[in-house]
Amino acid sequence: MLLKELSEARGVSGHEKAVREVIQNVVREYCDETRVDALGNLICLRRARRTAPHAPRRVMIAAHMDEIGLIVTGINSDGTLRFAKVGGIDDRILLSKRVLVGENAIPGVIGYRPIHLIPAAERERVADMTKAAIDIGATSKANAEKLTKPGDYIAFDTPYEVLEAEGLRTVKGKAFDDRAGCAVLVELLKEDYPFDLYAAFTAQEEVGLRGARVAAYAIQPEVAFVFEGTICDDLPHEKDVSPVTELGKGPAITFMDRSFIADARLVRLLVEAAERLGVPYQFKRAVAGGTDSGAIQLAREGVPSVTVAVPARYLHAPSSILSLNDLEHTVIIAREALRALEGGLPS
Amino acid sequence: MSDASTLLKELSEATGVSGYEEEVRAVVRRAFQPYADEIREDALGNVIALRRGMRPAGEPTRAIMLAAHTDEIGLMISGLDGAFLRFERVGGVDIRTIVGQEVVVHGRQPLVGIIASRPPHVQTAAEREKPYALRDLFIDTGLSEARLREFVRVGDLATMKRTYVELAEGYASGKAFDDRAGVVSLALCLEMLAGMRHTWDVYAVATSQEEIGLRGAAVSAFSVAPTAAIAVDVGFGAQQGVSEQESIAMDGGPAIAIGPNIHPLMQERLVEVAKAHELKYQVEVAAGATGTDAWAIQVAREGIPTALLSIPLRYMHTSVETVCLRDIERTARLMALMIAGLDEAFAEQLG
Repeated sequence: MLLKELSEARGVSGHEKAVREVIQNVVREYCDETRVDALGNLICLRRARRTAPHAPRRVMIAAHMDEIGLIVTGINSDGTLRFAKVGGIDDRILLSKRVLVGENAIPGVIGYRPIHLIPAAERERVADMTKAAIDIGATSKANAEKLTKPGDYIAFDTPYEVLEAEGLRTVKGKAFDDRAGCAVLVELLKEDYPFDLYAAFTAQEEVGLRGARVAAYAIQPEVAFVFEGTICDDLPHEKDVSPVTELGKGPAITFMDRSFIADARLVRLLVEAAERLGVPYQFKRAVAGGTDSGAIQLAREGVPSVTVAVPARYLHAPSSILSLNDLEHTVIIAREALRALEGGLPS
Repeated sequence: MSDASTLLKELSEATGVSGYEEEVRAVVRRAFQPYADEIREDALGNVIALRRGMRPAGEPTRAIMLAAHTDEIGLMISGLDGAFLRFERVGGVDIRTIVGQEVVVHGRQPLVGIIASRPPHVQTAAEREKPYALRDLFIDTGLSEARLREFVRVGDLATMKRTYVELAEGYASGKAFDDRAGVVSLALCLEMLAGMRHTWDVYAVATSQEEIGLRGAAVSAFSVAPTAAIAVDVGFGAQQGVSEQESIAMDGGPAIAIGPNIHPLMQERLVEVAKAHELKYQVEVAAGATGTDAWAIQVAREGIPTALLSIPLRYMHTSVETVCLRDIERTARLMALMIAGLDEAFAEQLG
């Protein structure tokens, strides 16, 4: 699958162009139409290849292209860059990371004061991000201005790598939320369906499900499936804390998150698909995070929606881990569920 | 002269937590070898290269020792908890700078790992107000528990996974520039001396175990027993959030230390040479312990007149330490020019 290229492409919310280009190049041959809308969504249509009387006419599948990241807000007199967060980032994962700044991928580092110069009491507090800066090596404001400007997007510099080739088949990289979903959509576009399949690669999910909202309005689907990379918090915990999902235990079907309650018929469709094929699946076992389903469900007069997600550890951090088994099982279950839609939505 | 960047990249990307510097030693040997008459390693893992001077007939043998340390701070695996690893620190690591960081676990085979963080979605606002403590942190290698047990044991080391990168304007960033930047200056100094005439013997010593108590410097100064010594380490370069009083200027040349750790004549000589050759330098006052190899060398045997040069470095003890490469080259040049001017008269002045 396309995961490496997708993961390494830089697409902080509002600037998804590079990711969009990776996808466009691959999906073109499977699509009857592709277009980019005003928000930067890439909407791909694969027309019905046959007819089935009970099948819905328009089905939407969606995954978001954007990732969390940073943006340049100003340049200090010493040539370092001030920055703000784009999307939900925990300040505590930012220090000492490598980043790429702007269109030209200028390398930089997020620097902080050395441990030797920080009083012990202060080390007990979360580092103050207003005192952190990105160092690109520029020695003055004027020199930095030749390389970057406020508004330039900043992505983590994280190469994709295979960690375990067999067994769990784990890989690490950035932005698996939601390039994992994008990879699933690309696979699903290769199949024949008795309905028009609209694959929406959406923009700006991380800043408020903005792309999905307008995409769903335009597509007017009868049913929607959202594919995600979701929280996997299966570290050893001292207390009885939900792991939300567990790595390698299959795609996570969401019955509810902070943005929506999934359509119960679609949840059943997915569960039955998994059980029919004997493919592992799990439920997302915490009401946490939101997905494009929250926006799609409320488009126009409402759309039955569901989210199914690939578990990924360390979401919204520079490097995350997922299991390729989970990713492939997501494709398998989704394909089977779409096939089952041929008989119409279960009642 | 070779450029500092090539060797710094190689040294920075090599692994060498205190006490386990062998990979770095191999790079150092290759760098020192072409300019050394003898090269050896001692019991603690110091690499000691001797470049002989052209001693005038009838004069006693005089030697200067140059020291820079090879070891880096890192992590040590302290336990296996399911498919995850617990760890301790080796040297002064600010926990806050390693969360979410990629590491290499040096087990039966090197394994890439990530220092696990919890996603913001599942944490309360109060939880996010507190820094992670060591007991909250794990290394995740992506292996199953069974596979992990095959490869990793308690006591295995882990280092930050960080490639070297050149930034703008002759700056570079990477891990373990403290003190591999100093080691580069020693190598460049030897190379320059090959094109100069010097009467004193020169011992370039890449020392081990500095970060945990200046151990390598103490024993190598004993065995070399030099007439005088210069330690090269890194100093706090000016950066955001650090005051002018606490730091030295980046791209300002080596900081020549002055204070109780430093022999005044050595300090004066370095300043004179810098001035005479119009080399950029700065003066740094160290009122007490310098925390560098100079501190151990000064009290080896009956005492050794010692100087300290600091290469300005930002973000010390993190995986994104940043230097201006010109400062490394200036440090090398200052030492080489100073050594070329050493004579018997200076030895007698030192006493």
